[in-house]
Amino acid sequence: MAKLLGIDVGSTTVKLCALDESGAILHTSYVRHYSRVRECVLSELEKIRPLGTVYRAAVTGSAGLGLAQRGKLDFVQEVQAAYTAIRRLYPDADAAVELGGEDAKIIFLTGGTEQRMNGSCAGGTGAFIDQMATLLDVSVSEMDELSLRAEEIYPIASRCGVFAKSDVQPLLNQGAKKSDIAASIFRAVVDQTVSGLAQGRRIKGKVLFLGGPLYFLKGLRKAFRETLGLDDEHAIFPENAPCFMAIGAAMSAIGSHETTLDALIGQIEAIREGGNITVGRPLFSSREEYSAFIARHSRSDLSFEDLRTYEGDAYLGVDWGSTTTKLMLITPDNKILYSHYQSNNGQPLEIVADKLREIYALTKEKINIRAACVTGYGEDMMKAALKFDFGIVETMAHFKAALYFNPDVDFIIDIGGQDIKCFKVKNRAIDSIMLNEACSSGCGSFIQTFAKAMGMEIDAFSRLGLFAKHPVELGSRCTVFMNSSVKQAQKEGASVEDISAGLSASIVKNAIYKVIRARSPEELGEHIVVQGGTFLNDAVLRSFEIETGKEVVRPAIAGLMGAFGAALYAKENAAEEAIISSLISEAELRTFSYSSKSVKCNGCTSHCNVNILTFSDGRRFISGNKCERGAGLKPPENPLDLYAYKYRKLLELPSKESGKRGRVGLPMQLVMFEQLPFWTAFFETCGFQVVLSEKSSRELYFKGQHTVASDTACYPAKLMHGHIESLLDSGVDFIFYPCESYNLDEHDSVNHYNCPVVAYYPELLKANNERLNAQNFIAPYLDLNSEAAAARTLRRELSRFGVSLALVREGLKEGKRRAQFFHEDIVAEGNRVLAEAKRQGMHAIVLAGRPYHADPEINHGIHKLITSLGLAVLSEDAVFEEGSLVKVNVLNQWTYHARLYRAAEFCARRPDCDLVQLVSFGCGIDAITTDEVRAILEREGRLYTQIKIDEINNLGVVKIRLRSLLAAIEEQKREARR
Amino acid sequence: MTDSETYGGTPVADYTDPYPRFTREMKESHTILVPDMLPWHFDLLTHVMRSEGYRVEVLHNEGRAVIDEGLKHVHNDTCFPALCVIGQYLDALKSGKYDVDKTAVLITQTGGGCRASNYLPLIRKALKAEFPQVPVLSLNFSGLEKGNGLELNLTMLKKLAYSVFYGDLIMTCFNQTKPYERTEGSSAAVRVSLVEALRKALDSGEYKRLKYYTGRILEAFSAVDADRSERKIRVGIVGEIYVKYSPLGNSHLEDFLLSEGCEPVVPALMDFLLYCVVNTLNDARFYGRRDAKTLLFGIVYRWLYAKEKTIIGMMKEHGVFEPLHDFEHLRAHADRVIHQGVKMGEGWLIPAEMAALCESGVENIVCAQPFGCLPNHIAGKGAARTVKTLFPEANIVPVDYDPSATKVNQENRIKLMLATAREHAAEKQRA
Repeated sequence: MAKLLGIDVGSTTVKLCALDESGAILHTSYVRHYSRVRECVLSELEKIRPLGTVYRAAVTGSAGLGLAQRGKLDFVQEVQAAYTAIRRLYPDADAAVELGGEDAKIIFLTGGTEQRMNGSCAGGTGAFIDQMATLLDVSVSEMDELSLRAEEIYPIASRCGVFAKSDVQPLLNQGAKKSDIAASIFRAVVDQTVSGLAQGRRIKGKVLFLGGPLYFLKGLRKAFRETLGLDDEHAIFPENAPCFMAIGAAMSAIGSHETTLDALIGQIEAIREGGNITVGRPLFSSREEYSAFIARHSRSDLSFEDLRTYEGDAYLGVDWGSTTTKLMLITPDNKILYSHYQSNNGQPLEIVADKLREIYALTKEKINIRAACVTGYGEDMMKAALKFDFGIVETMAHFKAALYFNPDVDFIIDIGGQDIKCFKVKNRAIDSIMLNEACSSGCGSFIQTFAKAMGMEIDAFSRLGLFAKHPVELGSRCTVFMNSSVKQAQKEGASVEDISAGLSASIVKNAIYKVIRARSPEELGEHIVVQGGTFLNDAVLRSFEIETGKEVVRPAIAGLMGAFGAALYAKENAAEEAIISSLISEAELRTFSYSSKSVKCNGCTSHCNVNILTFSDGRRFISGNKCERGAGLKPPENPLDLYAYKYRKLLELPSKESGKRGRVGLPMQLVMFEQLPFWTAFFETCGFQVVLSEKSSRELYFKGQHTVASDTACYPAKLMHGHIESLLDSGVDFIFYPCESYNLDEHDSVNHYNCPVVAYYPELLKANNERLNAQNFIAPYLDLNSEAAAARTLRRELSRFGVSLALVREGLKEGKRRAQFFHEDIVAEGNRVLAEAKRQGMHAIVLAGRPYHADPEINHGIHKLITSLGLAVLSEDAVFEEGSLVKVNVLNQWTYHARLYRAAEFCARRPDCDLVQLVSFGCGIDAITTDEVRAILEREGRLYTQIKIDEINNLGVVKIRLRSLLAAIEEQKREARR
Repeated sequence: MTDSETYGGTPVADYTDPYPRFTREMKESHTILVPDMLPWHFDLLTHVMRSEGYRVEVLHNEGRAVIDEGLKHVHNDTCFPALCVIGQYLDALKSGKYDVDKTAVLITQTGGGCRASNYLPLIRKALKAEFPQVPVLSLNFSGLEKGNGLELNLTMLKKLAYSVFYGDLIMTCFNQTKPYERTEGSSAAVRVSLVEALRKALDSGEYKRLKYYTGRILEAFSAVDADRSERKIRVGIVGEIYVKYSPLGNSHLEDFLLSEGCEPVVPALMDFLLYCVVNTLNDARFYGRRDAKTLLFGIVYRWLYAKEKTIIGMMKEHGVFEPLHDFEHLRAHADRVIHQGVKMGEGWLIPAEMAALCESGVENIVCAQPFGCLPNHIAGKGAARTVKTLFPEANIVPVDYDPSATKVNQENRIKLMLATAREHAAEKQRA
């Protein structure tokens, strides 16, 4: 009789299983295939020869799909395979969770069978865990060990690896413990499974955990067990979990044809690979072309001076980047005395202290460091710890350095490990700044990580791409998508050369299409300087030149430009101010040490994780807090902060008095941020007591996370789920949230729609939260512009509370009055803030977004950050009526967006106001509005700044953005004075 | 400062960039490019436009170059359909096949609350850099882009409506014949000859004989030598209008399903048009928003619905093919799952179609949507759960389409849905 054979080819591993006729397991194996799928499967097949030579075989797994198609083998979808095996082996299981290399799956077996896979983003999978381990610079098993010793869990965005990285990197930079981060990463995986996969269905009963990561990682198991509240009896981790799908495939093979092992091997050997990948053009057509390219770029270099023999003044610049630390010491005539470039591994402070010791030792007091300047993510901490004279925002540092290499420069692009920065330059001043958003970060370091995974140095790897014949097309959305494209290309038989070249092109495309968003090469300008460590890679440089069709300048010190710029800044300013450098001395360095401690700030509801560094000389440095106030201090409301004012005023609206008809719960999210005055007045007039949901927080989000149906929706929408849970728990008689296709007509746009999410979110809540029903959730379809119809609808909905039509009408009238009153108050307060700012000679920022961006959990306290930088903060709804009506290129049909255009127009005319646009991640409509707002501002010669916000709680990038804006405003003013 | 005028006492600042308009003369001189969405419907629709004197051409260019052009010219967060359409235009304009000084492009606008009505300005922006002389025409019924659209007369509108009906019927019958045909290619041959006959009918004025042509289409497809003894697994396709239909948008989903031995069930395009018309009527019903349009749309709705009923009646009588969805029945389904107030994008039509499909035994459904599609958060993914409560057998897979997502990723998810479908089918057979 034939034995049954299951072959599971996943994105990273091959699993094999052989069963005998009765279904007993004879053999299982589990190996990594390193993208050499065919060879790996063949060698594994050889190993089962002793078991017998006649088989019925079936293939499963994401990479097995192609193998089966081409080898003409039977294929079983892997979730189906798992399902088959579970029913046979664990007939009493209620649910199963399986994490694989790039896929995550969940199977509900009881109470309505359902099988689900993750969407296109690869959050919460093996690849995600690998990526995080690389970031922590430990192996996956070390990360597992670490996680078991965790004391604290940090919130980490789990939706995707790129986002998580944006959360993890600052934690590392702040010196948070790796053990805590490791455990937090596992928790993030669990959260992702619960929200992204289960989507509203509770994972309960007897739960099976399958797949490699869940089998090998104890920390991950622990996190799952804890979060789902499962005891040992209900959390099952099968012995054969990694090979479970292979077992299932073998079981399904019962329906396949009988064949011999040799025939199978023959079928797989005969597979012709390739053909299914898209290729681009080669980077160089000939060696000559390459030589000319190299010769051209070798012209941009600095000269060197020997540190050991040089005597005299010197200037130090340090760039503490997100992933690397750069240091440069220059002479007054800009020669390099010393330079250093190193990966952070979480310890930049020690790196710089070490290098300083080395410099001091080598120069033996012959050199006088006149001034030192630091830039980058860790600027503040470094400045405090090692007593640097200056700290500048990194965009300025890069600009200074580029200016040195080409005084006519009009466009600078810097691709570092984590971030991409671009600036346009006009009149030797920064004219506009473009920074990548979270989604496209990490491109630079992706090549490095990938080279490492291939067991190569980055240099060797990228050189391979230079003469690749058929660079592979790998997409440009983000590194997670690229990663999976690479794997697919490898399986299709693409060579390392072609992948290397393809990756370089993808990074460049990401920069050009996602960050710069140039439509034609002319937009970039004539004199382009490219810099950042990633551009040292000739393949990337060449791709950039090909894609833009321009010859650019790449300084030989492209990776050190931040440090060089900082050193130049130190030089310029030391000369002006004739200071004596405060830089830490050789003697002080000898005893320099520090310890770090992390605490939770209780100053406000943000509860930032604050990190306290204590130095050996007793000084302290606090970081991680958003409002730039130390731990333990309760920040008073800034009188020039309209966001804080508005939020407080909103929360104060409902009166505490009980209503004779009952209690209505209003979820404080989305449309309520605009209409709370209206509905509070309406319900109080109709005899209800208004109860608000609790304030937004990450905890509240987690509370409702299990009912989130679409995890690519915006964060405000996803928070809504928590607000609903909060109201359900508070025991109100009913929850009210109207469905409104149309917002109030403010007569300044073609139409006055709400966005689809704001308009219809109640439908999604109703469909995905089992606790909601027609009794406790009232979500009528209303158009407040047509009062008669609205009154009839509300009367019908509220009839069981005995509300008469006359009372509803009165309520609507009162609602309108109070909404108007509230709005006028905001406008008046806005005018007061503006007048006060003017009196104090302060600049004001109109933080323009949606009404619900006033929620501190959504804006992450950006308004406080702005006031801490010495600026006043206004909101778009306070100023838009001062702006003209605006005709734009796009169809102006949403009420909130029309306000944005008018607010931009207002700012464009006010020299003392600038606009910063807040955009929620995933807001499709803002993909349209942002370009228009930018156009309005730029037409009037103003700067445009956009900040994308999501659940990620990392204000580091935001701060760089805002400080760059400030620096550029200053620079423009200075230029104007000249 | 920009020149300002005032409106109602408030100054107006004009930030619009100039763009070329489609003038009357251009009707003679210009070729109008139309994106690819429903090949056979568009064949008839463009034929109508041609007979009115417009020089129209449907684009069929595909491949990486199209997507790359799209990526280059559209914001990455803009929906995938915009990217495909714009990519197709730019790729075509660069192909050298057209005199770019004598070419225009056409796009539809529904005037609804999602981003789709903004495709037109996005196209305009994309063209501006390289082909500033190419005008963009709008096809809409909401009064947008006055003086820059197609000039429609009543006859033309009628012809367009009939074209959609015939296109839907051909698509439906073809999908129900192709998987069962004994001779490879025989259904496709029938389709070609029918479209040819209908073109002639549109020219001659015969097209109005709805019953005659409906009968002819039904007869022609039922005459195809087919083995219908074993019902294949039927898979419904619902979702965002472009990726639902366009092979470029959904990586040839219909072909993929056919290759997997399934019968694709694609709901009618007319239902989407009726959905748009009904939304205006619903605005009057829910919010008291009544104007001249309400009355007109009411008449249009009753006229179109009557025609649809006629076709459905004939299909039932004929008995070979599963009939089209009855639109009033779809509306009733919509109210069971969601609410007819959800009217942005494809809104309530998606869950209504899901429910109608389930009811007619097509429980396996691909819900196709562009990555990050706003209305689909609510009406697609968000409503799937309710459909499952109403129809426990429902087997729905949401699939995201995006320029960077890998095909394996999409196909693997569809395969999972198919595996479940086969399992269900086997269970039913046992029972």
